[in-house]
Amino acid sequence: MSESVSALGGASHEGFVRAEDMGLRAMITLRGDLASAKLRKAVKGATGLDMPEQRRIAVADDRSVAWMSPDELLILGPYSEAGTLRETLEKGLAGEHALVADVSDARALLRVSGGTGVREVIAKLCPVDMAAEAFGPGQFRRTRMAQIPAAIWMPDEQSVQVICFRSVAEYAFNLLRNAAAPGSETGLFI
Amino acid sequence: MLILTCPCCGVTAEETEFHGGGEAHIKRYGPGSSDDEFHGYLFEKVNPKGVHFERWRHANGCGKWFHAARCTVTLEVFGTYSAQTTEPPQDIKDKISAKRPGWSWREFA
Ligand SMILES: [Zn+2]
Repeated sequence: MSESVSALGGASHEGFVRAEDMGLRAMITLRGDLASAKLRKAVKGATGLDMPEQRRIAVADDRSVAWMSPDELLILGPYSEAGTLRETLEKGLAGEHALVADVSDARALLRVSGGTGVREVIAKLCPVDMAAEAFGPGQFRRTRMAQIPAAIWMPDEQSVQVICFRSVAEYAFNLLRNAAAPGSETGLFI
Repeated sequence: MLILTCPCCGVTAEETEFHGGGEAHIKRYGPGSSDDEFHGYLFEKVNPKGVHFERWRHANGCGKWFHAARCTVTLEVFGTYSAQTTEPPQDIKDKISAKRPGWSWREFA
């Protein structure tokens, strides 16, 4: 057995907010008819969570269900449970026109945390209105971060989690680190 | 700056979150068509100054294709609508008529 490691080995950097690699996380892509009762039941069975509304993320304990598109969810959980999550979903979706794929090792999970400054770090990199009235905890947004696709959400007011492709994790980390460089605060969202 | 609202996921963002897919409502000609028809399909784009219809993809977002009606002069977007249609819906045409009376584009007006 090989030992799995995250893209940046838990790297972190202290700027006016902290940027870090969050380590390994189970990520399961589920594509199908999100209105289907069977699919909703399968998601609930695997995660204990109800279907999130459009552009939102449902979170409980160590599991999350994120709305990715009109026919796609991303299910997050502890890395060690990726296989179980996938199997549970597949069983629950037997006979349903749906796709379940374990993409845990194709993605990276990063975080900026440590203050309301996290909003401006993201605002510097993404074409997203990061004002508190426009974006906040519970919402989930897929967007562009500089030159790469990324998905962002706020577990709380002081942090933002970012998912990107693993192959560009270092680029994404350096973007966040640079945007959080001491002295570059704009104070836009304070 | 061109600001679009994706009708598939509801996100409003500037154009760099999207990717342009060229002219909308093009009738495709394949095997069995004449050379003239195939030439027209490949090369004869309208490229207007004013009201225009285009295909866009929410490339950095939900990934879905959609249609947009906009003005190429002012970048005003009259509306966005489903990709699963061969012509602009009436409500989009009404919105354009309210702002650009007398407009026409290919066979639509
Ligand atoms: Zn979209």
